[in-house]
Order: sequence, then C-alpha cells, then structure tokens
Amino acid sequence: MTTESTGQSAGLRIRVDPEKCQGHSRCYGLLPELFEVDDYGLSTVVGDGSVPLELVAKARLAIANCPEGAIEELA
Amino acid sequence: MTTELPEPVTDWTTDFDVLDPGYVADPFTIWDELRAKCPIAHSDRRGSTWLPTRYEDVSAIAHDIEHFSSLQVAVIPLKFELDPPGDRPRDPVLPYGLPPISADPPLHTWTRRLLLPWFSHRRVEGYEAMTRELCRGLIDRFVEQGHADAAADYAQQIPVRVIANILGVESGLADTFTGWVRDVLEFADDHARRREAMKELVIYFLNQIDLRQHDPGEDLLSELLHTELDGRPVEHSVVLGMAALVLIAGVDTTWSAIGSALWHLATHEDDRHRLIADPEVVPFAIEELLRAYSPVTMARVVTGDTEMAGCPMKQGDKVLMNFPAANRDPEVFDDPDLVILDRQRNRHIAFGSGIHRCAGSNLARMELRIAIEEWLARIPEYRLAEGADVTWAGGQVRGPRSIPVVF
Repeated sequence: MTTESTGQSAGLRIRVDPEKCQGHSRCYGLLPELFEVDDYGLSTVVGDGSVPLELVAKARLAIANCPEGAIEELA
Repeated sequence: MTTELPEPVTDWTTDFDVLDPGYVADPFTIWDELRAKCPIAHSDRRGSTWLPTRYEDVSAIAHDIEHFSSLQVAVIPLKFELDPPGDRPRDPVLPYGLPPISADPPLHTWTRRLLLPWFSHRRVEGYEAMTRELCRGLIDRFVEQGHADAAADYAQQIPVRVIANILGVESGLADTFTGWVRDVLEFADDHARRREAMKELVIYFLNQIDLRQHDPGEDLLSELLHTELDGRPVEHSVVLGMAALVLIAGVDTTWSAIGSALWHLATHEDDRHRLIADPEVVPFAIEELLRAYSPVTMARVVTGDTEMAGCPMKQGDKVLMNFPAANRDPEVFDDPDLVILDRQRNRHIAFGSGIHRCAGSNLARMELRIAIEEWLARIPEYRLAEGADVTWAGGQVRGPRSIPVVF
C-alpha cells in the first residue's frame, strides 16, 4: 500500500477554508496527525498550517479528496 | 391502492423513470448514455422532474440553495406535493417536515447544529464497541449453517439497532422500524402505504416524546426535548421531525451500503482477498465502495425559473440529486466503473455536498467498516449461492435486499 507519490516540495503550508468546509472529514480520515475536526465537523489544520515533510504527499492527497475543494495551499 | 407497474421507458432523455426495473438493476449504462447525449434528463412521470448525471452539475445544484430548495427531498413525491401541482408543500402531520434535511436556512442551520454533535468522530467512536458486538451476535446466528442472506440476515439488521440506541428507543422494535422506513422510502410509490407508515411512526415518536418529557434519558430524543434556544424549548413538532429523520435517514441508507459492499466482495474474490491481506487498504476501500455503490439520491425543488446547463427549469420543478451518477462521472474519476480498492483520488459525494452533507456520515462509515471487518474475520470465504436471486431496491435508496450466499 503506497500513497500517490508527489514531488516533495519543502515548505508546504495549507489551511481549511471554513466557508467551504462542510464536515465530510475526508482530510481527518486520511491524516489525523495534521487535521482536527470539531463536534460540528469543521476541520482545521493543526499549528500554523506548515506540513511536515514526511506528510506532504498525504496532505496533497487530502487536498485532492476534499469534495468541497476546501483545503487551500498557502503561498 | 396498489402500485401499478410503470410504462416501460423508451427514451431516457425525456421520459426517465427511476423506478423502472431496468434502472434499478443497472442504472450505470443509462447514466453513461445520458452523460454523453443529454446530461440533465427530464421526465413528467411524477411531476416535472430533472435528472442530472454529471458531477459538476450535481455539485453546482447542491451548492445553489437559493434556486434549489430542500423543502421537497423525496425522490418519489408525496401525495400532497403532487396535488394540486405547484402548491407549496404542507405536510399535515409534520408541519416542519424532517429538519434539517427537508429544511432551508434558517431552520436548517439551527436544527443541524443540534444534531451534528451526536454524530461527531468522538461520539461515533463511542458507538463502535456496541456495533462490533451487534455484528458478532448476528454472525453467531448463521455462521454454523454455511449459508445466509447477507442483506436480510446481516446488513439490514445493523444500522436500525445502532440508530435505536442513539435515539434511545427499543431495539426490540427493530423489525417494526425497518418496516416503516421501507414503506416510506422503498415502497414510496404506494401513497397509502407510505402514509400509513408515517402515521404509525409519528404516533410512536409522539408517545416517546411524552415519556421523556418528565423522565428524560441520556438519549438524543431526551436531549432535544430539554434543549433551550433563546430561553425557549424546541417545539415538539420540530423534535418529532428530527427524530423521524434520524430513523428514516439512518437505516435504509447504511444498510444498503453494507449490502452493496458484501455483494461486491462476494462477487470479486481478488478484492476480498486483498482486503483481508492488507488492512491498510480498508479506509480507501470504504470510500471506494461508497463511491461505486452510492445508495442515496435526494431531491430539490426549483424556487424560481432558472437555467442549468441549457435546461429551462421552472419554479416547482423537481431535481433529483443524482449523487450516484456523479460518482461515476469519467470527467472526475478515472475508470469510474471499475472498483479500485485503493483508489487515491476519490472526492466522491456519496454523502452529498454543500450545507446538506449527510449529518450521519461518520456513523455510516464506522458501521460499514465494522460490518465488513467482522464479516470477513468470521467468513473470509463466501460466494453467491448457486442460482442466487439477488434483488435490488432503487429510487431514493439503492441497495440489495437479498444476497443469498454460501460459505
């Protein structure tokens, strides 16, 4: 079982747009180390949104799997 | 009144029927044809109704709550929605319908907020041990006999008991609850049968509300009754609608998903062996099975004349939210008709999208996962019985009703 390989660019930062998130929890399901979900399903990225290098591929997978397109890459 | 067999469909673009036996058995080729020829089909069979088949269109409609209201979510319209046509629905028994699913903001917003914590990750983890125990007990009943009906003896038995536990009502009445839910959703074309089931369900919950009024328990129904908003209790007819919703939406749907998954694994030996050999694939497989066999279609009602992908939609028209077809759209999913257990890119909308995303999706996923894990742990080798007659239900909820298997 391998996750899709993506170019591991250093310094990926992401956030969940609270206006778009509808609580599908797909990000949390893929990457509970990086996302937190509250009692109403709203997801947030832990810390300042910086993705540890070893989680970058999975974070990109979370972006690709969000049905609301709610996870944004920050510049 | 009994249900008459519908006229066979000869043109799916202008005269579709989601209860057509061919559609129930194999909607996939019909959606493919529609997506290529006429991505939003139309029919006048049950009032003017549209059927989108592309992911993009279904998702756009789900997010456009201004033009597409949830006041009518039944795929097979209720009697009072059809007669007289165009009238605003007025349910005599449930004046608020089944909020939040059949509500628009603001009623949707606050009722959904009351419901969501009951289905949060944290809460759902708490229901896991009970669900596992339940699955094991069901398997105990038939594992020695070497054959079972994976739908009727297993899948159908699980969600109704989990939901009863959450609502705080007697799981001993599981068969009665299941009967009501089937009458409302599966046999919805028989208006008298549906009305009778709704009546019994409503009377039952009114009694339960009465009981908890002075003697509350730790359950969802009790908490709703004793919640105050702006210093005032929630109206009983709202509580009633919410309780009815949890039962109606939480039973047939998840049981259909479990049934479809078990049917797939009975007929795809390689996938079954892979699931058993590689537990890491399970979370991906759950999403993939939800995508490929999405059970639920919902409806919307057009609030004012509008146009969608060139289709002139009139106020009062219905739109069927064809989430199952969206999830097989080749524009969004590679090889959409293939079940790829570890599919990596899978932003399916089996639970809908937008503000009406299924409130119980965490619960449904947990039940589906536990049901499969427990089945495969005890019955790793099984297949359809010789000459098995697998029957499917369709319309609002698609799933197998009988899956005779041997092991």
